[in-house]
Amino acid sequence: MSHHIVEAKDLYFSYPDGTKAVKGISFRITHGESVAVVGANGAGKSTLLQHLNGYLIPSKGELRIGEVMLTRKNIYAIRRSVGMVFQDPDDQLFMPTVFDDVAFGPLNLGLSEEDVKVKVHQALETVGMLHVIKRPPYKLSGGEKRSVAIATVLAMSPDILVMDEPSSNLDPLARRRLIGLLKGFHHTKIIATHDLDMALELCERTIVIHDGRLTADSRTLDLFQNESLLAESGLEKPISMQGCHVCSGTAKQFQPCTTVNHTH
Amino acid sequence: MAKLDSQLFQIDALDELASGDSIFHNLDPRAKLVTTLVYIGTVVSFGKYEVSALIPFAIYPLVLISVGGLPFFYLAERVLLVAPFAFFIGILNPFFDQTIMIHLGSFSLSGGWISFFSIMLRFLLTVGSALVLIALTGFHAVCMGLEKLGVPRPFVVQLLFLYRYLFVLIDEASRIIRAKSLRTFNSRGTKIGTFGSILGHLLLRTMDRAQRIHLAMCCRGFDGHVRLICPLKIGWKEMVFVLGWVLLFFSMRFYHISEHLGLMIMGNIL
Repeated sequence: MSHHIVEAKDLYFSYPDGTKAVKGISFRITHGESVAVVGANGAGKSTLLQHLNGYLIPSKGELRIGEVMLTRKNIYAIRRSVGMVFQDPDDQLFMPTVFDDVAFGPLNLGLSEEDVKVKVHQALETVGMLHVIKRPPYKLSGGEKRSVAIATVLAMSPDILVMDEPSSNLDPLARRRLIGLLKGFHHTKIIATHDLDMALELCERTIVIHDGRLTADSRTLDLFQNESLLAESGLEKPISMQGCHVCSGTAKQFQPCTTVNHTH
Repeated sequence: MAKLDSQLFQIDALDELASGDSIFHNLDPRAKLVTTLVYIGTVVSFGKYEVSALIPFAIYPLVLISVGGLPFFYLAERVLLVAPFAFFIGILNPFFDQTIMIHLGSFSLSGGWISFFSIMLRFLLTVGSALVLIALTGFHAVCMGLEKLGVPRPFVVQLLFLYRYLFVLIDEASRIIRAKSLRTFNSRGTKIGTFGSILGHLLLRTMDRAQRIHLAMCCRGFDGHVRLICPLKIGWKEMVFVLGWVLLFFSMRFYHISEHLGLMIMGNIL
C-alpha cells in the first residue's frame, strides 16, 4: 500500500524572517508504522509536521506522501490522505455543534448526506464521544475536545494520522484513554510529542530532531536508553525507564525549609 | 474581566438555541431569511412619525419566540445591549424638530419626540427579529441560506469568518485582560502605553490563532464553501410560512390595524 508511505528527502525550510527551521531532514516512514518525532521546544517539530499536510512547502528538497509529491498543485490530494490533529483542539473545532464539526471534512470531500451521517457516527463511536454529538464543542472538557478533534480527522478516513502533542494538557486518565485509543488505530501514525512515555508505548520508531536537523532515527527503546543523545537534544529519559526512586530508596522526600528565619 | 468571559458565553448561547427542535427551527433557512428581510423592509418603510402602525408588527418576533421556545428575556437583554446605538441616532431629533404634533390635554408632544420613539420602536422590531432569526436558525445556516439565495460567496465567507473570529478575539482579549488585572491590584484604569501594548499583543495573537484555525479548516478541505447538513428543501411548510407572514406584513402596512381597532373601541364607547 504505497499511498501510506511518507518520504522526505533533504528537506529545508526557512520562514520569511530568515529563520531556518528545517535544515536537511530525510526519512522514510512506511505503511502502518507508528513514529514519534521528539525534540526540545523550537527544535522544528511543528514546522516539519506542517509540511506533512501541505501547509508549508519546503524551500528545498522533496516530500512524498505515497505517490504524490508535495507541490502547491497537489495540496488537496495530500490533505485527503493526511489527517492532522492539532496541538490545541480549540483551533480544530470551529463549528457550532460536534456533529457539524465532524461532518465538515466529509462534506467538503463531496460525500452524500447519508454517507456523511454514517461517517460522523462511526468516527464519534470510535473515539467514544457519540453522546456529545449535539453539544457545542466549546462546552466539552479538554479530554473530550481532544477526542472529538481526533474524530473530525478520522471521519475523513485518512491514510496517515499526524498528531502534534496529542497528550498535552490532558489529565492522567484522559491521557491513558487517548493512548488506548491510538493503540487501536492501524493507520500510519506520526506523533510529535514531549511525552516520551507515551512515545514508548505507542511508537516502535522514534525520530529525534535538534536545531532543525535529524539527530537520530531508530527503535524507540534503543534510542531512549542513549542518555547522552537525549541530553544533547534537550530531552530526558522517559520516567518509566528511570527506575522507581521510591522502591530503590533514592527518592528525595520533601523537607520543609528550617534554615530561613521567617519574620512575617 | 469576568464580564467579558460571560459575554462570550452569552453570544455562544444563540447558537445553542438554534439546535432546538420546533416547527420553526426545522424550516428551510431561506424561508426564515426571506420573511425576516421582508419584515425589516416593511417596518422601515413607514413614515418617520409613525408609531402606532408599527406596534402590531411585534407579532412576528413574538410568535417566533413563543412557538420556537426561545427565552424572551435573554433575547430582550441582547437587544437592549445594542440599544444605545439607536438611542444616540434618535436623541437629537427632539431638539431639532420641536413642532408640536400631539395634544393630550395640557400635555403636548413634539414631532422630534415622536420620530425618536419611532426610531427606537423600529430598532427594537428589526434587531429583535434579526436576533430571533439567528436564534432559530444558527448563524452558519443563515449564511448558507444567503449563499443559496445568490448573495456573492466572498461576502458570505466574510460574514462567516467575522463570526468565527469574533470568538477568537474575545477569547484572546479576555486572557490578556485577566493577566493584566492580576498584576494591577487596586490601580484603576489603563495607562495609554499599557493599552497600546495590549492592543498590539491582541492583534498579533489573534492573527496567529486565526492562522491556525484557517490551517485546520484547509486541512479538512475548506475551499470557500461552508457546507452544512440541514433541511434545504422548500416544501409546503416553507411556502405557507413565507406567504402567510408576507401577506400579514403587507396588510398591516396598508391597513392601519391600530387605528381601526382604536376607532372601533372608541366608536363603541361613544
